[in-house]
Amino acid sequence: MKPMRVRKLKEWLIEKTILLSGIFSVVFVLLIFLFLLREGLSLFRGESVIDFIFGKSWYPISDPPRFGILPLILGSLLVTLGAAAISVPIGIAAALYIAEIAPLRLREALKAGIELLAAIPSVVIGFIGMITLGPWIKNLFNIPTGLTALTGSVTLAFMAMPTIVSIAEDAITAVPRQYREAAIAMGATKWQTTWRIVARAARPGMLAAVMLGIGRVIGETMAVMMVTGNAAIIPTSFLQPVRTLTATIAAEMGESVQGGPHYAALFAIGIVLFVITFLINGVADLYLHRSRR
Amino acid sequence: MSEISIETRGLNLFYGDFQALIGIDLQIPARKVTALIGPSGCGKSTLLRVFNRMNDLIDGVRVSGQVIIGGQDIFAPGADLLGLREKVGMVFQRPNPFPLSVYENIVFGLAVHRLARRQEYGDIVEQALRSVLLWDDLKDRLHHSALKLSLEQQQRLCIARVLPLKPQILLMDEPCSALDPIATLHIEELMQKLKKEYTIVIVTHNMQQAARASDRTGFLYLGKLIEINETVNIFTKPAQAMTENYISGRFG
Repeated sequence: MKPMRVRKLKEWLIEKTILLSGIFSVVFVLLIFLFLLREGLSLFRGESVIDFIFGKSWYPISDPPRFGILPLILGSLLVTLGAAAISVPIGIAAALYIAEIAPLRLREALKAGIELLAAIPSVVIGFIGMITLGPWIKNLFNIPTGLTALTGSVTLAFMAMPTIVSIAEDAITAVPRQYREAAIAMGATKWQTTWRIVARAARPGMLAAVMLGIGRVIGETMAVMMVTGNAAIIPTSFLQPVRTLTATIAAEMGESVQGGPHYAALFAIGIVLFVITFLINGVADLYLHRSRR
Repeated sequence: MSEISIETRGLNLFYGDFQALIGIDLQIPARKVTALIGPSGCGKSTLLRVFNRMNDLIDGVRVSGQVIIGGQDIFAPGADLLGLREKVGMVFQRPNPFPLSVYENIVFGLAVHRLARRQEYGDIVEQALRSVLLWDDLKDRLHHSALKLSLEQQQRLCIARVLPLKPQILLMDEPCSALDPIATLHIEELMQKLKKEYTIVIVTHNMQQAARASDRTGFLYLGKLIEINETVNIFTKPAQAMTENYISGRFG
């Protein structure tokens, strides 16, 4: 046996290493946030926060520049709502089907398929949206361009789906078998059991799944930039080009002057995005936590 | 024997190639407590789950013979499975109230079978809770989660939950094995009260429980019904040597 002192030292080392890794991951997030603040807040020396968030025009390179991000916020919101409206019902239904109804072999195949969908790079999904979905929407609605909010919503729905399905499916599978047995023993049908008992019991987990799916959609950049047409105007319909917060940063960061007001404005958009996703993840976490209790 | 509630004739049950029940012939009288005892794996739970066809949920189960409940063979083609489970309530080993409120637990069966109008729910809930002596404890907590109750209360609620369906038969699969001795006695007292209206079949590992709480006892071993008789007879002068060995603790 090794002497006690050596073993204690080893324990201490391991413990501290793990502690350090934990601290680092938190510190990195904090540093990123601080960096965003440092670069972004300088904008508000010349610009008011209200004008920034509620300003209706985004003309960053005109003279004088106008940094109103309301069109971008509404663009992100519209695309996200559309994507949620498509992916949430389909995703939840798919999760219920996979977890409760599908025979074992089909279930494995479907789960593998969903994982594959999650593995497709966003630029590829954007590419497909641009080449096939865009023209199709253009012809279907007979509009001048197929690159619209609707195209973005459909494309992003594909990206939210794997998150929603796999997390909701986990939540449904985690519902104890004894609840199902009790319901069946009372003469409930399969559907009544699934809907009234299993879906109710899994509800917090399913809500978390939806929030995380939406979080993914809001943060998505590449696909959305390729298919939404990128017009920074306040959208009035789904069949209009829009521009999202994320696409704005990605498209303009390369051409902004480092340290200038445009550059700061893009970082300020980053702060807004950070806050939004932070809130969404926070809500999702709350529900996940509740479902584990 | 008086009115018969459940009758089996030449009942065999197979899990795949394994025969779990072999030629069971028995009659269970109405409004009595019938206990099924026997060592683990003897088929007593399987037999209990024949009576509401819960074994159907397991893949590869085959049944032959007849099981007659309410004058109908429950395995006849076209038998009304959901109606059977309405008529035959089940209480499980571990209390398994739904993760809903007390109130919702009790009205679940009503909603599923569309048995009552919403205005009647309040009275039905009260009546069901009174039957299991929970009303005074829970009347102010009807809309709290059933998972917050004590285990004994949960098990009582699980019994109360099937009563609004007006079942004729209550199946209890070791209903006290998760409970402490005091709670066990309470549930046994409750069974004595409920047997005035319901036929009760209970599977138990606990021979004292069978002796205390049942009117008739059946002893199963390796899938066969060795003996079924008045509980007093089974425990004082069993007809079969095997039964005697089991109740005196020489095996099992």
